[in-house]
Amino acid sequence: MKYRSAFEIIGPIMIGPSSSHTAGAVRIGRVARTLFECQPKRAVLSLYGSFAKTYKGHGTDLALVAGLLDFDTFDERIPEAMEIAEQLGMEVIFQEEEAVTEHPNTVKINLFAEDKELEIIGISIGGGAIEITEINSFKLKLSGDPAILVIHNDRFGVISSVTSIFSQNKINIGHMEVARKDKGDMAIMVIESDEKINNQLVSDLQKLDNVVSVIRIVE
Amino acid sequence: MFRNVAELVSLAEQHQVKIAEIMIRQEIEVSGLSREEVLAKMDQNLTVMERAIERGIKGVKSRTGLTGGDAVLLQNYIQSGKSLTGTLLLDAVSKAVATNEVNAAMGIICATPTAGSAGVVPGTLFAVKDKLNPTRQEMIEFLFTAGAFGFVVANNASISGAAGGCQAEVGSASGMAAAAIVEMAGGTPKQSAEAMAITLKNMLGLVCDPVAGLVEVPCVKRNAMGASNALTAADMALAGITSRIPCDEVIGAMYAIGQSMPSALRETAEGGLAATPTGRRLEAEIFGHPKEKLIDYLV
Repeated sequence: MKYRSAFEIIGPIMIGPSSSHTAGAVRIGRVARTLFECQPKRAVLSLYGSFAKTYKGHGTDLALVAGLLDFDTFDERIPEAMEIAEQLGMEVIFQEEEAVTEHPNTVKINLFAEDKELEIIGISIGGGAIEITEINSFKLKLSGDPAILVIHNDRFGVISSVTSIFSQNKINIGHMEVARKDKGDMAIMVIESDEKINNQLVSDLQKLDNVVSVIRIVE
Repeated sequence: MFRNVAELVSLAEQHQVKIAEIMIRQEIEVSGLSREEVLAKMDQNLTVMERAIERGIKGVKSRTGLTGGDAVLLQNYIQSGKSLTGTLLLDAVSKAVATNEVNAAMGIICATPTAGSAGVVPGTLFAVKDKLNPTRQEMIEFLFTAGAFGFVVANNASISGAAGGCQAEVGSASGMAAAAIVEMAGGTPKQSAEAMAITLKNMLGLVCDPVAGLVEVPCVKRNAMGASNALTAADMALAGITSRIPCDEVIGAMYAIGQSMPSALRETAEGGLAATPTGRRLEAEIFGHPKEKLIDYLV
């Protein structure tokens, strides 16, 4: 059964008008913000397909910026997201792309701050559900559900030491994926768990050899 | 866990409880939350619905200007006492419209089951409220009953316009509302299922053809029709009328129709009202004329 809860039918509470073009867009922006770990100085948002054609009417632009400001899908400040971004010193640039993408609702987000940048590609697949399909050219699949991202050096034993910590904390891994740019280069693990992930587990992971950073994505 | 309407009805009959109670028990089991937490969560949804209606009947306007203000016109018309169809029906229609106008104006709403069909369930609930005088608890139960029927449709057919057309969105919302109205009015679980079946039968084949791809035209007015359809079907079921085709089979038919619906009529803005001369003109006005765009590129 695809749906398990009454609250997937009666809910979510959200700012209109569209679950895919508004609520989903907020969620993509918010995951990008979480991955960036701070407020970007500059954001370049490239819109594809239906996002590029209809973003003005659906407020997809406002929704994406709201997500970058770490607003939730039901935050009533979403319609004022542009003004708020300007006040907070976040420069936002939108680009309408002509290229045809696999999914009609696709956005590429490039974030910049003094010392770092990030590129993610996100898609809004319907009913507010989203997927992140690429982070800094790593192809992966992130649903926006609670998950842990471990950025690490591609060395033997790192995966097993990470999963050991999950096992010590009695947390079951529901889905796991590993991607790397090149042999021995930077790699990334995406781990979705059945149980809630606590701070202890995150700090244990951060102490491991060859682990560069750990990012927690919460709902 | 119930998989279809027949199982849902038989569970309610077997335990001699409302359909709402079956949905609440299942939610407690699936989520691991307490009864109080589950009820409180639905109470929040109810509060959002009530606020959206209050805001909409005072008057809002969407970003594009395509929709807004119709709920006000209807409320004024009801006040004038000239209404042909009666106060309760028009009140439900105005509150469904109000909710969707708020949605189109980037206000806060509760998707039931989607944003585009968010008006039907709250619209009918807050209209029958004045006649049936339910407690807050009973209003929360109304939403669980609607949720239970929507749950079956979502798992056996679809609640997405892109997948199944408007019948899957406003159609589902309308059936969910009809079933919940029957229960609140004191009907049996079986009568709720009949109301859902009758409603959905009247919605079969409805396409999703939004002008410019926006959740405005004809979505707002389709919610009006969904609310009046739900109330009519609820009254029919309460009068003792049954559907010759069982509810689960109607849901099956809706799924099959959605599957064979061309993509132009499933939320792509390529067919139906979106492709009319006026639909295309509005699209060009909102997004900039395609010809002008072409000239821009040549320059």
